Amino acid sequence: MTLHRMLAPALAALVALAGISAPALAQQGPLRIEITEGVIEPLPFAVPAFIPENAAAAQYAEQLSRVVAANLTNTGLFREIPSSAHIARVTSFDAPVQYADWRAINAQALITGAVSVDGSGRLNVKFRLFDIVSGQPLGEGLQFAGSTQSWRRMAHKVSDAAYSRITGEGGYFDTRVVFVAESGPKNERRKRLAVMDQDGANVQYLTDSNSIVIAPRFSPNGDRILYTSYESGFPRIYLMDVATLSRRQLAEQPGTMTFAPRFSPDGQTVVFSMATGGNTDIYTLNVNSGQTTRLTSTPSIETAPSFSPDGRQIVFESDRSGTQQLYVMPASGGEPRRISGGAGRYATPVWSPRGDLIAFTKQHQGRFHIGVMRTDGSEERLLTASFLDEGPTWAPNGRVIMFTRETSGAGGQPALYSVDISGRNLRRIPTEGPSSDPAWSPLLP
Amino acid sequence: MNYFTKSLLLVAVLGVAACSNASRFGAGSGTGAGGPYGDGAYGNGYGPGGAGYGAVDSAGLGGAGDPTSPAYFQQTVGDRVFFAVDQSTLSPEARTVLSQQANWLTTNRDYQIIIEGHADEQGTREYNLALGARRASSVQEYLISQGVSPNRMRTVSYGKERPIEVCSNEACYSRNRRAVTVISSGFGS
Repeated sequence: MTLHRMLAPALAALVALAGISAPALAQQGPLRIEITEGVIEPLPFAVPAFIPENAAAAQYAEQLSRVVAANLTNTGLFREIPSSAHIARVTSFDAPVQYADWRAINAQALITGAVSVDGSGRLNVKFRLFDIVSGQPLGEGLQFAGSTQSWRRMAHKVSDAAYSRITGEGGYFDTRVVFVAESGPKNERRKRLAVMDQDGANVQYLTDSNSIVIAPRFSPNGDRILYTSYESGFPRIYLMDVATLSRRQLAEQPGTMTFAPRFSPDGQTVVFSMATGGNTDIYTLNVNSGQTTRLTSTPSIETAPSFSPDGRQIVFESDRSGTQQLYVMPASGGEPRRISGGAGRYATPVWSPRGDLIAFTKQHQGRFHIGVMRTDGSEERLLTASFLDEGPTWAPNGRVIMFTRETSGAGGQPALYSVDISGRNLRRIPTEGPSSDPAWSPLLP
Repeated sequence: MNYFTKSLLLVAVLGVAACSNASRFGAGSGTGAGGPYGDGAYGNGYGPGGAGYGAVDSAGLGGAGDPTSPAYFQQTVGDRVFFAVDQSTLSPEARTVLSQQANWLTTNRDYQIIIEGHADEQGTREYNLALGARRASSVQEYLISQGVSPNRMRTVSYGKERPIEVCSNEACYSRNRRAVTVISSGFGS
C-alpha cells in the first residue's frame, strides 16, 4: 500500500446514525475524565468484538475492536475489562444494551460496533458509546466508510470519538508519526526517514539510508515533510511531498548549512537555522517565493525555532546568555524575551498546538528531561528523566508528548516514548528497530 | 596502471586503514561522506562503498610513507584537534597540530579540504550541529591565518551524528569533541 493511498481522504464523512436519541453533552454527563487532574484510577470499559454483518466483514470485526481497545488502554486513562469477564453477549448492533450485566462487572463505558463490506468493497464501520453508570448512550452513533485497506484508520476514528466524548479533549489516534529509523553501530549509524501510525503500525520508509537524515517535521495539514539531509554532503533542508515522495532542497546557499526547520501554522513559511561561518542564526523562508528573511543577528547560537499556533511568535533556544536558554520573539523578528529561568540548559522548545504550553528538553546535572512550561516560562514541570531524552513533539490535542530516549554506552540505542503532560503514562512506542526524532502529524481528515 | 595492479594497491591501502587508529575509513567520514562537492565523484553514502572510493584515491597517490600522501597527512601530520566541553576555542595543542596541517597544506596545494566539526552525545541534536559548525569554523579561520587559501576549504558539521568512540563517559566524549581536516585530491586526479 502506498503512503499516498494511506493518507488519501479515503474515509467518508461522518454519518450520524438515525434512531438514537440525542444525548446530553459529554461535558455534562457523569462519564468524564479530567485529564489535567492526573487520573489515578483508569476508567473501566468494555469493547466486545464488533459484529460482522456479512461474511466479507468477518476478518475485520475482531481486529477493529482490538485496535480500539489498545488505543484507549494506551492512554493510561482507561482499563479494558476482558471479554472473558463479560456477562452480556452483544449479538446484534441494534439490540438493547443490558446495562445491569455491564454494571455487574463494573464497566463504566461500553463501545459496541458493527462492520460490513459492501458490494464495491468498501468497509462500513458503525459504533455506539454507552455510559453504563447513567444507563444511556453517550453521543450519537457514528458510521465511517472507507477502503478495506484503511480499516485501522476507521478503528482510530472510533477511538478518537470515544476518547473525545469521555475526556472532552480532541482525539489523537488517527494520526501518523514521521521519524528516523536507525540501524548499524553507534559510530556508523545509518538513518532513514519513516512514517507510521501513532501506535507503530503501517511503517513505511520514505528515504534510503545512504545519507544521514534528521528531525523530520509534518506540515500543518500533513501533506508535506520538512527534514534535514546530508544528501549533498552538507546538512540541508528538504521538503518532501508525502503523496509522491518527491522532494526538493530549500534555502540553497553555498558554504552554509541549514537545519532545524519547522512550518508556520499556515504552511506558507518555514523557520529554520542557518550556519554561516560558524555562526548559527534563525531565518524564515517563504515556501512559494523562496524569499529568505533573517530574524536573529548575534554571534551566539540561535536554533530550534517553533511557531506559536497563531503564527505571531517564535520560541527558540539561544546561548547568548552563556548557556542554552529559551526565548520568545515576534514572528517577524525583533527583541526576544527570555522565558526559561531555572538551573540547567534548555533546548528544542516546541509550542503546544493548544497554545498554552511550551515543551522542551532540559539538561541538568548530567541528566536529560522532557518538560513543559507556560508560554511565559512559569510553572515549569519536568515530565521525564534519563541518560538522554530529547526532541519533544506534541499530539494534536496538546495532551501527549512523544520524544526520543537513548540509552548509554557502546550498545546505546534510541527509541520513541510518549508521556502525558501530567507526567503520567510513560510508554515506549513499538517500532521495528532503533528510532529517533519523532514528529506527530495533525489529525488526519 | 593495469587493473591487477590497482587491485593490489587497493587491498594494500585498505589494510593500512584497517590497522591505523584513524577514523575516516571506519567511521565513514571523509571522502566517503556522500560527494561533498555535490558532483557524485566520491560515491554516495557511508560504509564500505564510500570508504572504498577514498582508499582508491589514496592508493593512486602513495601510502603513508609518501610525505605527500593523504595517509601521511592523516597519520603523521595529524588530521584532527580536540575541544573542551561546549567550547570551540583552540587549545595550544590544537594550534600546534593545525600549524603543522597548514604547513603541509600550503606545500601540497592540489588537495581540496573539508573541515568536519563534531560534538559528543551530551547535547541536543540541533545545538550540537551548531556547535560543530563553530568548531569547524575555528579550525578554518586558523588555517586561513596560517596561509591556507579559503578557496580550498569548506566546513561541515556532523553534530553528534558521527562519534568515533562509542562509550558514554569522558574518555570517549573527549575524543568525539573534534574537528577533522579531510583532504581529497579535487576533481581531476
